[in-house]
Amino acid sequence: MTATLIPSPRKISTEPRRSDKVFRGVVTSGGLSSLVVLGLIAAFLAYRGFEVLRAEGLSFITSAEWSITLDESANVVESNFGLSAMLVGTILCALVAVVIAVPISVLSALYLNFYAPAWLKKILVAVIDMMAAFPSILFGIWGFLVLMPSVEYWAKLINRYLGWIPIFEVEPYFFSRSPFVAGVVLAIMIIPIITSVSREIFAQAPLDRIQAAFALGATRWAMIKAVVIPHGRSGVVGGAMLGLGRAMGETVAVYTVLNIVYQINWQILLGAGGNVASLIILKFGEASEFEIKALMAAGLILFLLTLAVNALANVIVKTTGKSGR
Amino acid sequence: MIQTPESEKAMSSTQPSSLASVANARIERTQASTATGTGLESRGVHAWFGKNHVLADINLEFAAGSVTALIGPSGCGKSTFIRTMNRMHEFIPGAAMAGQVLLDGKDVYAPGVDVTKIRLQIGMVFQKPNPFPSMTIGENVLSGLKLAQIKVADKDELLESCLVRAGLWNEVKDRLDAHGGSLSGGQQQRLCIARALAVSPQVLLMDEPCSALDPGSTLRIEDTIRELSDSMTIIIVTHNMQQAARVSDYTAFFLSDGGPGEMIEVARTSDIFSQPKDKRTENYVTGRFG
Amino acid sequence: MSTTAIPTKPWAKSPRDRIIGFSFFFAAIAFSYFFVAATEMKGKLAYAFIFFLAYALISSTFSFINRGRQAAKDAFVSALVALGAVVTVAPIVSILATVLQKGIPGLHFGILSNDMSMATPTDPIPTGGLLHAITGTLTLVTLSLILSVPIGILTALYLTEIKGKFVGPIRFLVQAMSGVPSIVAGLFILSAVLYPITKNYSALMGALALTILMIPTIARTSEEVLLLIPNELREAGTALGGTQWRTVAMIVVPAARSGLMTAIILGIARIAGETAPLLLLTGGGDKVNSNPFSGSVGSLPYYIWKSFLAGSPESITRAWTGLLVLMIVVLILFISARALSNRKISK
Repeated sequence: MTATLIPSPRKISTEPRRSDKVFRGVVTSGGLSSLVVLGLIAAFLAYRGFEVLRAEGLSFITSAEWSITLDESANVVESNFGLSAMLVGTILCALVAVVIAVPISVLSALYLNFYAPAWLKKILVAVIDMMAAFPSILFGIWGFLVLMPSVEYWAKLINRYLGWIPIFEVEPYFFSRSPFVAGVVLAIMIIPIITSVSREIFAQAPLDRIQAAFALGATRWAMIKAVVIPHGRSGVVGGAMLGLGRAMGETVAVYTVLNIVYQINWQILLGAGGNVASLIILKFGEASEFEIKALMAAGLILFLLTLAVNALANVIVKTTGKSGR
Repeated sequence: MIQTPESEKAMSSTQPSSLASVANARIERTQASTATGTGLESRGVHAWFGKNHVLADINLEFAAGSVTALIGPSGCGKSTFIRTMNRMHEFIPGAAMAGQVLLDGKDVYAPGVDVTKIRLQIGMVFQKPNPFPSMTIGENVLSGLKLAQIKVADKDELLESCLVRAGLWNEVKDRLDAHGGSLSGGQQQRLCIARALAVSPQVLLMDEPCSALDPGSTLRIEDTIRELSDSMTIIIVTHNMQQAARVSDYTAFFLSDGGPGEMIEVARTSDIFSQPKDKRTENYVTGRFG
Repeated sequence: MSTTAIPTKPWAKSPRDRIIGFSFFFAAIAFSYFFVAATEMKGKLAYAFIFFLAYALISSTFSFINRGRQAAKDAFVSALVALGAVVTVAPIVSILATVLQKGIPGLHFGILSNDMSMATPTDPIPTGGLLHAITGTLTLVTLSLILSVPIGILTALYLTEIKGKFVGPIRFLVQAMSGVPSIVAGLFILSAVLYPITKNYSALMGALALTILMIPTIARTSEEVLLLIPNELREAGTALGGTQWRTVAMIVVPAARSGLMTAIILGIARIAGETAPLLLLTGGGDKVNSNPFSGSVGSLPYYIWKSFLAGSPESITRAWTGLLVLMIVVLILFISARALSNRKISK
């Protein structure tokens, strides 16, 4: 025991003025709104869909059947609600979209930042930002009337030469409104998003390191590999996840170009797919009260799924963000 | 490594003219040096950013193996000038230049010159230490080789020799796998010097390499500069006149009077500080302005 | 200075470089033409793709011969990234062209003065119009703005200025909220407000769902913008004796003004053409509805959707015209936003 007196640290307290207290209170309550909204979404969808979820149990996720029989007085005689085909389809379309979109987006982001002349960059950035703002219904109808025929042609080519790979098999031989078509349309929709996220991240690559690389005799590509990509990797992953989430929740654009079939299908070129969001639109107009509850439950599942993707995205971005730094 | 040709010495030691616009210094070699090549020369170099004329008619010769300090107040074009030497100037949008920069008598701006090769021959150390954060210390030193895809027989030996010459070996030899960012500012700057050395440049440009460092680190880097001057030509931009006096053989004074930056005077460092020819130089080195 | 020096850019492309570049260009065009003719790859996409591949190969071979492997890689990547940019922009060119080509035949003066209450899908084009849809969309956007801008910006301010203990969770939740599919937002309002409370379609219902979609866009973009405001500014404000509220209101927010504007515009753009929740919540009436709080209301996306599904040639043309109008609305929004934020930057 030493006799020296070590003073305990003083407490420093700041008493904010009343205007600041009010300000902090208002801003904090605004900040908590996202918590409230998300909580309410989950609560209300679960509440409305509870009856169906209890009746179906786990088969709501594992079964592929979706049917309901009513008698004359609109009482439910028999109902089977299963989402598995829709869930598989949703994930499949979104994955196709991301696989197509990410490389293209990264390339064009690199072009915009490091290759394009200034005047062209200005135009292209405006055009791409504008494209990100275009409504999904535009992509849906354009995709259906303009893009679909040529995508089907390409799908047939892929099938002919790569058909031995299981996911490119097509059995029976039917290409119309396949998950691939939906994936291409979704890819076109999310390319602008991933491009602008990547572009912004790349643009933040520290100039001093870029100069250091050039001063060491690097070509543009060597510089990009050494400085820009390590810096931007996590951002690109974040952008891709953003695109994935957007693609999974997209409704009308998918609805117009996808053939909804109540059967699990992993063959991306085959004209049979599923999509939770499109199912809701498809069934909503004619649904009875009980089926609406099933749709609410489906909405809950879709909500949780996108939430999970976003959580995963956050984790990935955080961990890769550290290693890239 | 080539010995200095006699002709080199013969053409040196012309007294610089006191007229700024025609100041043209022939800088002689101070010691029997092992540096390669015949050094670097700027002939009538001008620089612009857009319409803004920032540098006018710089004629300077940097003999192989010499250390030249560029001094002058902020905004007089010193940094711009050394960035024209290794063609880093052109990255700034709207940049333009005139004149010639000769490395071993060949114009680095000539059409068809591979700019990446030029930058390998003329290395650069920046004001702020900028190690690549995603690489380890060892990888940082060798990054230039990787960037330019140069093959070397013995990487470990090169790594050691570069770090030794940069005066960093003893401090980092046990943690070459640590990240570059884990070093202190002064160590990072010496790491950047080691990185520049690894591609064995003939010329090393240093743009205020010590301005972000504490005095102790500054002295270490000055030691490093003196040791390096045996094997390469060094041009250092500095705001610190003591530093110029300590490390350089020659000093050139730049000044801008609102217009483009000009070189006022170049001479042996001792002469610049003891008997400057130009009044403005005297005012600056005695601290009366700037 | 005996002679005036002339600024030059020795690093710019020389005429010789340009000639070489053009010759690669034409060689690649010729190659893609023959390749497409000789193989099964058909269509404009095939031309473009083969062209870029050929260009990349030719230019990288040339660089390899002249400057070696590094330069060859560099040249190849240069062509590749340009291909990426072309593929990114190509759809928008096609979309613009198609919408103009197919939408213009449906344009007539009546679309701004008539609604669809007296027209059926197979009626000739001059019958009916878009008035109900345009007013409906304006109502929806205005209501959503009123609801979402304060919440979105407050959320951003919480994250950047208050930095309370919930910063981590809230940032996470805002991110999660931006991933909420529009259809889920629609279902939520349906289950939480429309069924139990109002029991009727209305513009407000649609706007509530759109608000959920808009908040995270505004919050996230605003947060990014506010983070760019250097901390020194905040410290300077506080050091001058400003309360936090005054520092934020008088220094931080004005400094971020153009960025916040962009955030709001991005929010509008996110929802202007949003269709799915409107299908559930607004009823898509064919008449102009001046009461935003009650009754079925039309909107551009709903009108397009309805016409597209009706399937008759006339109604498909109407759908394209609707798309044209929607696109013009988005374009005007976008351009005015840019002009506005640019002007504020330059001030």
